Amino acid sequence: MSNNPMLSLRNFSVSFDTARGPLYAVRNIDIDVADGESLGIVGESGSGKTVLSRGAMGLLPKRAAHRSGTVIYDDHDLSQTPRKELREYWGTGMAMIFQDPMTALNPVRKIGAQLTEGLRIRLQMSKTDANARGIELLNRVRIPDPAAVMEKYPFQLSGGMRQRVMIAIALACKPRLLFADEPTTALDVTVQAQVMQLLSELRHEMGMSMVIVTHDLGVVAGHTDRIAVMYAGEVVEIAPTKQLFANMKMPYTEALMKSIPRLDSPSGQRLPVISGRLPDPTQPETGCSFASRCPYVTDKCREATPPLVEATPGHSYRCWFPIGGSR
Amino acid sequence: MAGSGKAHLRNNENVILRVEDLTMEFPAGRKKVVRAVSGISFDIERGETLAIVGESGCGKSTLGKAILQLPKPTSGSVNFQGQELTTLNKDALRDVRPAMQMIFQDPVSSLDPRLTVAKIVDEPLKIWERGDELWRSKKVDELLNAVGLDPALVRDRRSYEFSGGQCQRISIARSLALEPLLLICDEPVSALDVSVQAQILNLLQDMKERYGLTLIFISHDLAVVKAVSTRIMVMYLGKVCEISAPDELYSRPRHHYTHALVYSVPIPDPNVAARRTTLEGEPPSPTDPPSGCRFRTRCPAATDLCAQEEPQLHEVSAGHYVACHFPRN
Ligand SMILES: Nc1ncnc2c1ncn2[C@@H]1O[C@H](COP(=O)(O)OP(=O)(O)OP(=O)(O)O)[C@@H](O)[C@H]1O
Ligand SMILES: Nc1ncnc2c1ncn2[C@@H]1O[C@H](COP(=O)(O)OP(=O)(O)OP(=O)(O)O)[C@@H](O)[C@H]1O
Ligand code: SF4
Ligand code: SF4
Ligand SMILES: [Mg+2]
Ligand SMILES: [Mg+2]
Repeated sequence: MSNNPMLSLRNFSVSFDTARGPLYAVRNIDIDVADGESLGIVGESGSGKTVLSRGAMGLLPKRAAHRSGTVIYDDHDLSQTPRKELREYWGTGMAMIFQDPMTALNPVRKIGAQLTEGLRIRLQMSKTDANARGIELLNRVRIPDPAAVMEKYPFQLSGGMRQRVMIAIALACKPRLLFADEPTTALDVTVQAQVMQLLSELRHEMGMSMVIVTHDLGVVAGHTDRIAVMYAGEVVEIAPTKQLFANMKMPYTEALMKSIPRLDSPSGQRLPVISGRLPDPTQPETGCSFASRCPYVTDKCREATPPLVEATPGHSYRCWFPIGGSR
Repeated sequence: MAGSGKAHLRNNENVILRVEDLTMEFPAGRKKVVRAVSGISFDIERGETLAIVGESGCGKSTLGKAILQLPKPTSGSVNFQGQELTTLNKDALRDVRPAMQMIFQDPVSSLDPRLTVAKIVDEPLKIWERGDELWRSKKVDELLNAVGLDPALVRDRRSYEFSGGQCQRISIARSLALEPLLLICDEPVSALDVSVQAQILNLLQDMKERYGLTLIFISHDLAVVKAVSTRIMVMYLGKVCEISAPDELYSRPRHHYTHALVYSVPIPDPNVAARRTTLEGEPPSPTDPPSGCRFRTRCPAATDLCAQEEPQLHEVSAGHYVACHFPRN
């Protein structure tokens, strides 16, 4: 093990060719993920969370997507690695839990075949061993009657069961770095708690690093060391989890927190929303990307783009007029 | 009758949907069946929002689809606006369809990748021959705006170019196109971040007020459910455990499963240690559910009676029904 981070993104950007010109989905990201660290990524729908994770793994559609910047994984520069060789890292090195299980699973193959494939090819397990391990994995993600489920097709499972199958597949080869894209969205709270517990255990057992993309701030609060907040393709704030909740600086982060529905709020009330919408990702603009929706906006915000600065150790944000002052 | 009781059914002219003893089973090979939904009864009044919550795999999506006859349930009755749906033939069923819409659980895979967003939203309008082309085009813009998408930016793009949450909004716009009377939303906001989630939930509220929409809202997010619903039905392994108004259900869950559910909600505060779930034991197999109360294998209060006799829904306080031999206080 080196002292270098497990994953290091520098000036990482992704754009897509679209009919309306290039779409800048992820812009100039600098992020490190340490050995055994759990980093949460939160942000509005469409802000680039999935593209960032897929991009880091090299799992974007080849034709329409352009990556730039560097991706260093375990001291290898993956931005220079051809896709063919990247495959070697998938499964045992880096693995991903995809956001939409129905599209990620093969609809015409049995769960068992999909789950044991990696074990047999990457870990050269025998069929019987792979099968036994597959059942054990399904058991660990709390799927009832795992032996029967091995024989089923994806459409025969409930949404949450498919999501847990995805998780089992991602964990099968004991990856060192796991990207979990909305891993628990389809799960009820009791199963969610068990699955998150399982991910934490694996992190401690195997020193696995984890990047959790989620909109569930309850999940990030309990299961991450640091949180990066994304807005319009950029990281707008990043801080240790406790620090972020206690002392958020970005007006966007504040707005996001305010819109969490909570069990202790009264029923039947309108929920607070952030009015307006994300800027058009095909039209790069000057100034702060949150300016059109920010309650604290001034002329300066519209004219000059605030840089990401580390105001206190480990806590960086992108705002001219942070909450609570100072910068 | 191996149902879960009907004490909670109401009998008045506001009831728009009444489901009785609904059962849905799937073959599971070797003469076994998956008992996904087992004798469920409930009703819903016009303008109500009934939330259905429960463990992953307990039969929520199956129930939602069975109401729409997708496919026809194994047995039981579904009465929509005075019409029995389970005995309707294909053509008659087709005529009721526009009034009942469903937002399916997997947003990305339920959208046709070959069609542009405008076409996807327009499709139901076109099939049902609503308005002329110009009117429809305006309607599509109105719907896209309503779900927080800018028509000018999204009309001509295809679904694979969108994020998970954006796809979810497209499918919501589509399901509202025909201005249904009853909308079944299967996890409509679970792929959305909180701010968009709030927008959609408020939008659904608006639609309720504007069109008198009635909602069935399937969700595992109890905080979301609390914010939007007028009544909550808790399910466990194909059965109803408890039905109540939201405030009462959360402040005083009576069924032991509901209690476990309410107390596993993660708190958005890093200083509160992540709660370990209070629900112990293995989830039982739906092909071989426990006798008596299906929750008994994981219930801290289970006795012999629970294994022998299935508890029936009964009223414990006004409008609050529970199916348990030994409800909590
Ligand atoms: N294949 C593609 N072609 C064109 N644009 C794309 C493609 N994939 C993603 N995008 C665009 O990139 C932006 C970021 O998308 P991404 O999926 O990363 O969002 P996200 O933050 O994961 O959102 P969500 O929370 O809804 O999943 C969006 O504007 C989306 O429309
Ligand atoms: N077409 C099918 N064939 C066989 N079994 C099925 C089929 N559809 C659903 N099932 C089974 O029925 C049970 C209930 O599934 P359902 O999708 O209704 O659950 P759910 O409550 O919606 O769960 P989730 O919260 O995970 O979406 C599960 O055990 C599932 O495997
Ligand atoms: S830079 Fe200005 S507009 Fe942007 S978040 Fe800060 S205060 Fe708001
Ligand atoms: S009927 Fe018995 S097993 Fe079922 S919830 Fe009540 S006490 Fe528990
Ligand atoms: Mg995403
Ligand atoms: Mg479901």
